Amino acid sequence: MASTIRVRAVSSGEVTEVQALIQHPMDSGYVKDSHGKIIPPHYIQQLTFEHSGKNVLVANWGPAVSKDPYIKFSFKGAKKGDDLKISWVDNKGQTDSTTAKIH
Amino acid sequence: MRAQLTTRLGSATLALAALALGAFAFVAHAATPNEKIDPAADAKAFRDYFVTKFPKVKLDDFVNGPYSMNADMRKQWEAIEQFPPYDFALDEGKAMLSKPFKNGKTYADCFANGGIGIRQNYPYFDEKEGKVVTLELAINRCREANGEAPLKYTKDKMAALTAYMAYTSRGKLMDIKIPNDPRALAAYENGKRYFYTRRGQLNFSCASCHVQNPGRHIRAETLAPALGILNAMPIYRSKWGALGTISRRFTSCNKQVRGVPLKPQSEDYRDLEYYLSYVSNGLPISGPSSRP
Amino acid sequence: MTTDNGFWATRRLVLQGAGLVALAGFGNIAFEAAPAQAAVSDKYPAKAFTLKGDDTAIKALYGKTVEVSDKVSLDAPEIAENGAVVPISATTTLPNVTSISFMVSENPNALAAYYRIPEGTMPEVANRLKMAKTTKVTAIVEAGGKLYSATKEVKVTIGGCGG
Repeated sequence: MASTIRVRAVSSGEVTEVQALIQHPMDSGYVKDSHGKIIPPHYIQQLTFEHSGKNVLVANWGPAVSKDPYIKFSFKGAKKGDDLKISWVDNKGQTDSTTAKIH
Repeated sequence: MRAQLTTRLGSATLALAALALGAFAFVAHAATPNEKIDPAADAKAFRDYFVTKFPKVKLDDFVNGPYSMNADMRKQWEAIEQFPPYDFALDEGKAMLSKPFKNGKTYADCFANGGIGIRQNYPYFDEKEGKVVTLELAINRCREANGEAPLKYTKDKMAALTAYMAYTSRGKLMDIKIPNDPRALAAYENGKRYFYTRRGQLNFSCASCHVQNPGRHIRAETLAPALGILNAMPIYRSKWGALGTISRRFTSCNKQVRGVPLKPQSEDYRDLEYYLSYVSNGLPISGPSSRP
Repeated sequence: MTTDNGFWATRRLVLQGAGLVALAGFGNIAFEAAPAQAAVSDKYPAKAFTLKGDDTAIKALYGKTVEVSDKVSLDAPEIAENGAVVPISATTTLPNVTSISFMVSENPNALAAYYRIPEGTMPEVANRLKMAKTTKVTAIVEAGGKLYSATKEVKVTIGGCGG
């Protein structure tokens, strides 16, 4: 199955800027479907970015994060060609992860 | 009961409020048999109207709809377009384009250049059949000709595929042709008639919102100008949480004026798309695009 | 047939893709330490995400008071074009930042996101949040063990909770 995680990681000098877009419904549990039934909550709870065995960002999310969530942040200490590992886990225990190259 | 357009004027649209409403620079009625249908003159008048009404908006920027006239909204849109939510659908559309049908053929067998970089030529007038063919219609015809079930016109796979095809045409200028054929001219004129005809319980025409009130509010929405309005299609609306096609927008607009929507790809809708696309010739394709 | 109320995380093991294993207990998620170096184990602050109102969420998440600081910059629109997707970002000139969080006061649950910022990561983050209605949005930066914030009001005419 195709990864749910899209990453753009670009190094400029000592700073690497990371943008990620993740395919996930981020259902809050407050919305009803067309039949009037509540759509159960289904949202990513934790998203981690790892470089050289160290977490460079840990995102703790609630259902108020938008559908197909986006994040942008920057960190130091990486260079072009390095790997960046991204993983997430949601409230249903589902997970996905991917490794992207830093450009 | 005639409803009134509620107008909430933000600072960005205050200047626009000073402009008189409803002064059309061209005749907005269907040509009688003795009048010559002149699409080129229409298109020039249409463009001149918007350029005059919004002198600060660059011509190409009209395709960005409400974002061309509201700085606060534009900033949000630019943030979203940095990594847009339709990214996944683009990949889906790209995969669809190259995946063979059950009979081994692909879309490349139906479309010029394999379907890449051709969106700006749609719709066109099919002189053999005597009707307007839109991109969405052409896609389903291709499928049916190759033994595949047609796609639903409004969203999902049709949206993903038209999104990818639009994406490959980004920057190319809308290039709709009207052959010197009375049937083509009649279709164009029918689209124009539809555009200016009031309908629904709210008794609005397309022009009521998109020619008379672009940049202003109707309830909580900011109206897009009609010039270039289809160049951004299909659109990923935050409201839908998904992509929607031209068919989806036409049917939902009809519902919004509390009219009964036509079936997607009915003659009036195809003719409407023909008219609206033609009068936006020369503006760049920007689709797919995010919208509120 | 039971409806899957996702707030009660199911105790299922799901193996996927790269083989990441997540044991989802009720309300707590802890990643296993990476084999090479022990990464800091981040407990998911489940309780804080369920609370109404900024103050209760802040108390549960940090247990400290917050002071407004002009060294925290919050970027938020004046009028959200659609409450379902509102681009929000924050940055700060404060040193020794360890976390950044966002509170959306009028949401059913005030805490929207909480980012742990390890050393070496810049103290800035951009994300997209849902807002149910016109609300204050607050970015809270934890720097040197203390909390600093900036707040903006975002007008929401098209609510982001599907209403």
